[in-house]
Amino acid sequence: MKTVFAAHGNIITSLGFTAAENFAAMEQSRSGIQKFSNSNFLPFPFFASLVDDGKLNDKCSDFRNSKNYTRLEKMFILSISDVVEKSGLDIKNANTLLIISTTKGNINLLEEENYGGFSEKRLLLSEMANEIAHYFGMKNLPLVLSNACISGVLAIITAQRLISSGQYENIIVSGGDLVSEFTLSGFNSFKALSDEPCKPYDAERKGITLGEGCGTLLLTSNEKLLNGNEKKIVVAGGSVSNDANHISGPSRTGEELALAVNNALKEANCENEIDFISAHGTATAFNDEMESKAFNFSGLQDVSLNSMKGFFGHTLGAAGVIESVVTLETMKQNVLLPSLGYKNLGVPMPLNIIKQRETKQINTSLKTASGFGGCNAAVVFKAL
Amino acid sequence: MSIQITSACLIRNNHIQLNGETMIEKEKHLPFNEFIKGAYELNASPNLKFFKMDNLCKLAFITSEFLLKNKKISEQYGAENVSLLFANTSSSLDTDINYYNTVKDFASPSLFVYTLPNIMLGEISIRNKFKGENAFFVFEQFQADFLCNYATQLIKEKKAKVVIIGWVELLKENYESFLCLTEENGNGAELTNENLNELYNGK
Repeated sequence: MKTVFAAHGNIITSLGFTAAENFAAMEQSRSGIQKFSNSNFLPFPFFASLVDDGKLNDKCSDFRNSKNYTRLEKMFILSISDVVEKSGLDIKNANTLLIISTTKGNINLLEEENYGGFSEKRLLLSEMANEIAHYFGMKNLPLVLSNACISGVLAIITAQRLISSGQYENIIVSGGDLVSEFTLSGFNSFKALSDEPCKPYDAERKGITLGEGCGTLLLTSNEKLLNGNEKKIVVAGGSVSNDANHISGPSRTGEELALAVNNALKEANCENEIDFISAHGTATAFNDEMESKAFNFSGLQDVSLNSMKGFFGHTLGAAGVIESVVTLETMKQNVLLPSLGYKNLGVPMPLNIIKQRETKQINTSLKTASGFGGCNAAVVFKAL
Repeated sequence: MSIQITSACLIRNNHIQLNGETMIEKEKHLPFNEFIKGAYELNASPNLKFFKMDNLCKLAFITSEFLLKNKKISEQYGAENVSLLFANTSSSLDTDINYYNTVKDFASPSLFVYTLPNIMLGEISIRNKFKGENAFFVFEQFQADFLCNYATQLIKEKKAKVVIIGWVELLKENYESFLCLTEENGNGAELTNENLNELYNGK
């Protein structure tokens, strides 16, 4: 089994266009969530974290044929370009694969007249992924994962398995999703949208704030691509489970998320030594409740934990990748970030939620996610 | 160690085959809705949830009902050892379009939840009490090699004892569904690309 290193990452959200920009904003407890009034999206004002169009188009101005790419594809291309540049990866090599993680891809084209001038086929996730891989001249057809809100974490787990078994040397995992009328109306129909910036795990939490963005992480068995990384961090374990309970509500007991967590910790040989948990924390009543039960099942209630949704909202299929890249920065810089929006515990079981930035040696981290369809995923990062 | 395909169900052109045997065959022009309702009435045990599902989930659900009938997979192997590995071409686009057409009048939460392709994994997991690994991939076309390699790895690395491989595609009236049960040391063809392709292509 080959060792799988987490080499370089990028994040594009309302807070910035690189992992460093995002992390610096988060260290200052800055949130990218704002109030918007856009009747094309919702008939009333709403809170969301949106990527500025002007900045996005500016950054894309030196692309080849940037007009040929949709808004989300531009984010993917920018995000992947940054990682390729930082790592020096030969992206055209046949031992490199791209995994795209998304829930809705180019769904905004449905909302535009004549699909915004793009072909109807662009709604297909594989078509979108092929366009991105083609931009970079990649040899292999990309792999697309669409598994609700665990997509990003599952993409990292899948990449780890494909590299550890020797099927590829390098895998670029890139997750992206947009805020659109489609997603806003849907979460609103569930009465799941918060009418203020979300407050994960807080007693006064009112629901989700949606966010958009893209996160990219290069995983590799080639240690040379770690250039510039002082800490060598590996993907040490990962696991997935299903609640088998309800398609739009989480488990009542949290046992199934705990199952995925325990399996991931066991595979990583870190059962009693997790320093930090980047949890899912959507700020819906039921999700946060379920997570508190799950972490207690796994005996992790005392581990420092945050949800990053208060910074850039719930970015759906991008969330697992974006939040993993922030987790890796947390480990590299030994800085724990606060769980923005949290004041008083509002879940039934105790959790050690981070209230303010602190410095602490972080060598092992756990990232979890849960989603519609009853799915749960957990991945462990470990510094060697 | 060898892994076998111990059962396979294929639905295409209003024709349901289980391990090569015809279970139901209807005329090709029968609309999908009527075909799948007929299949439910003939085979599935009564389940009111079926009527709430979108067409993609109905198709996946009926295929799983044929594949798993009279089998007690969860009891036999343990709920956490049964894994679902599914894929298709159009994700949930059929329901995405239907949902979006309703948004301006009334955005329906019961429709919105089906705008994710992995909901079919949730429906099958609830029905059969499966709690193991699950993943949904999107490919331009059926990719036997990826599905075969990934299922093999899950079983070899002891992340699952049984993997149900699924290809469930539906967009308007065009559909096909192929599910197969793979397990260690079972009775059936070995899990290889060739055998998986042969079963998917049918007779």
